[in-house]
Amino acid sequence: MMRLEKRPQASRAFSYATPVLAVIATMVFGGALFAVLGKDPLASIMTIFWEPLFGDFAFYYRPQLLVKGAPLVLIAIGLSLGFKAGIWNIGAEGQYIMGALCGAGAGLAFYPAESVFIFPIMVLAGALGGWVWAMIPAVLKVKFGTNEILVSLMLVYVAEQFLASASLGLLKNPEGFGFPGSRNLQQYASAHNGELFAGSGMHWGVVAALIAVIFAYVLLARHRLGFAIRVTGEAPRAARFSGVNPTRLVLFCMGMSGLLAGLAGMFEVAGPAGQITIDFNVGYGFTAIIVAFLGRLHPVGILLAGGLMALTYIGGDIAQSQLGLPAAAIQVFQGMLLFFLLAFDLFTHYRLRLGRTEVA
Amino acid sequence: MKFTTLMASAALALGLAGGAYAQDKTKVGFVFVGPVGDGGWTYEHNQGRLAVEKEFGDAVETVFVESVAEGPDSERVMTQMALDGADLIFTTSFGYMDPTINIAAKFPDVKFEHATGYKRADNVSTYSARFYEGRAIQGHIAGKMTKSNIIGYIGSFPIPEVIRGINSAYIHAKKVNPDVEFKIVWAYTWFDPAKEADAAKVLIEQGADVVLQHTDSTAPQAAAQEAGDVITFGQASDMAQYAPKPRVSSIIDDWAPYYIARTKAVMDGTWESTDTWDGIGAGMVGIGEITDAVPADVKEEALALKASIADGSYHPFTGPLKKQDGSDFLADGETADDGTLAGMNFYVEGIKGDIPN
Repeated sequence: MMRLEKRPQASRAFSYATPVLAVIATMVFGGALFAVLGKDPLASIMTIFWEPLFGDFAFYYRPQLLVKGAPLVLIAIGLSLGFKAGIWNIGAEGQYIMGALCGAGAGLAFYPAESVFIFPIMVLAGALGGWVWAMIPAVLKVKFGTNEILVSLMLVYVAEQFLASASLGLLKNPEGFGFPGSRNLQQYASAHNGELFAGSGMHWGVVAALIAVIFAYVLLARHRLGFAIRVTGEAPRAARFSGVNPTRLVLFCMGMSGLLAGLAGMFEVAGPAGQITIDFNVGYGFTAIIVAFLGRLHPVGILLAGGLMALTYIGGDIAQSQLGLPAAAIQVFQGMLLFFLLAFDLFTHYRLRLGRTEVA
Repeated sequence: MKFTTLMASAALALGLAGGAYAQDKTKVGFVFVGPVGDGGWTYEHNQGRLAVEKEFGDAVETVFVESVAEGPDSERVMTQMALDGADLIFTTSFGYMDPTINIAAKFPDVKFEHATGYKRADNVSTYSARFYEGRAIQGHIAGKMTKSNIIGYIGSFPIPEVIRGINSAYIHAKKVNPDVEFKIVWAYTWFDPAKEADAAKVLIEQGADVVLQHTDSTAPQAAAQEAGDVITFGQASDMAQYAPKPRVSSIIDDWAPYYIARTKAVMDGTWESTDTWDGIGAGMVGIGEITDAVPADVKEEALALKASIADGSYHPFTGPLKKQDGSDFLADGETADDGTLAGMNFYVEGIKGDIPN
């Protein structure tokens, strides 16, 4: 008989080993999946993990890792604060959209004026847009006790409608021959979040993501609020006794995650994406949930996890075109990562006992 | 600009290193917005890709990446194909327009073909199909077939492409049935079976016994089948699995002839930047088999209409036509020019409701 036995204390070793084990298991089972599809498993895995980093065109793919990873890290850092405290903002995708809409809207309101103040105003607008969108579930939760998971998730679909509406109406490019989509901010110097050094992939969003990592690290390790977040997640009753105000904590965590998601959307629309379009959002807000957990809700872990996730996206596209792997197989591969992570995570809190159950 | 130089030289270096290999095979890349198994838009583009492979055999190599998000992801995929030595890249969604232009500027020696857009460059062509020609035939059949005189229309997004289709279908339904009324539901998606099924059900509940769709899934067909006495038309792909009823005909996108011709042009070195907008005549728009659920005389009329559009003797937008607000659109005998059609953002007279924005 096998049975699970709760560990008296969470295993530190397993907590660190879990992500590594999950990646290895994903490679093994993903490789098996590719083999069943008739592709060379070793070549497939190599293409996904090696090609973007050290292949012939790594000079192009490495900067792309920053472009792809930055929004993931920025959003995941925000989410991790709430997740640590048991506050579940699942609607980062919506906050990301609203941040992009507000940021782009603020910038385009000034078009075609050029000024150094436009970009900072857009940053503020983007942050505000995401923050407001996250405050809706937060306020509903603290006032009426609604479930923030449901409300924040449903608001994603509302945000998508706003996005479609803005692409077709308010922000539509007047010179776009009636086609949907805003002006391209890449062609509007004051609003363009371009590369800081040509060919580096570094844009302000990458900088913001790195700052967020440091900020979150200091907050959690050194600040009273960080302590409140940790203790609320680990022992909610103890937190209450130690004077943590749960209302303020919900408002802070939801607001912060919304703000960072909004910033991510704003930097994306002003930089790599360039335009508000109907299909502007590509799931960063949802993928960031995986990134947050893959990174053990730890700022540095999230940084690494964001890079890893970006790698599977970029490598996955290369594998599609070079090896003819179907996109669905790549998505299964990415899904496996979270699945194995959660599976191995069990062993952080439980241990496997083989043999007969002793009768007490 | 330094980056561009770097890219160009890297591509050049690769071109020299792999020269012998690159010379015998023309490499053609395809960037798809959906999965190749969507049964509609992307499926048909992939059929075109397979036709290129079949036509040229070992002389070409095709590669594709599916479900590529519009925006920076598509730029990366295009760059990757260009770096990997593609000679010709088809980008098959409107949202790839600016990315295609951006990447084409970095790879002046690679030819790009962008579907349904309007921005061109020396190495970027655009192409699209005159789907509204097929809509005219649908409208004719729909107008003849409806008993409730209510025709449902599932719109995707209120953009010129879709509005043109609605107008074309309405004009020809009205012509054969003056009492006809269009009910339009906007799904705000190109492909979402659940939403499309809901839209179809709403329309059927409102009395529609014909449902036209400008979305790509077969969900409306399934909803119509369930409801019983409702007819539909396949969209983008034949959707023949729902024939003979509810699906009584279809508009099929046939990209194969164009893809073959353009690949050939690259092989021959005769490729030039062009703007192609072909219809039934050139074979880019196909009309799927009209089933026996349609009376023989209606079928005959529909085929005659198809023939007259194909040979150019009839244009689906021929005056006299007025706009919805009652102002003049086309005088008697006048036909709409391509510029007007491309930017169409108004309903013709008789259609109720407003275009959302």
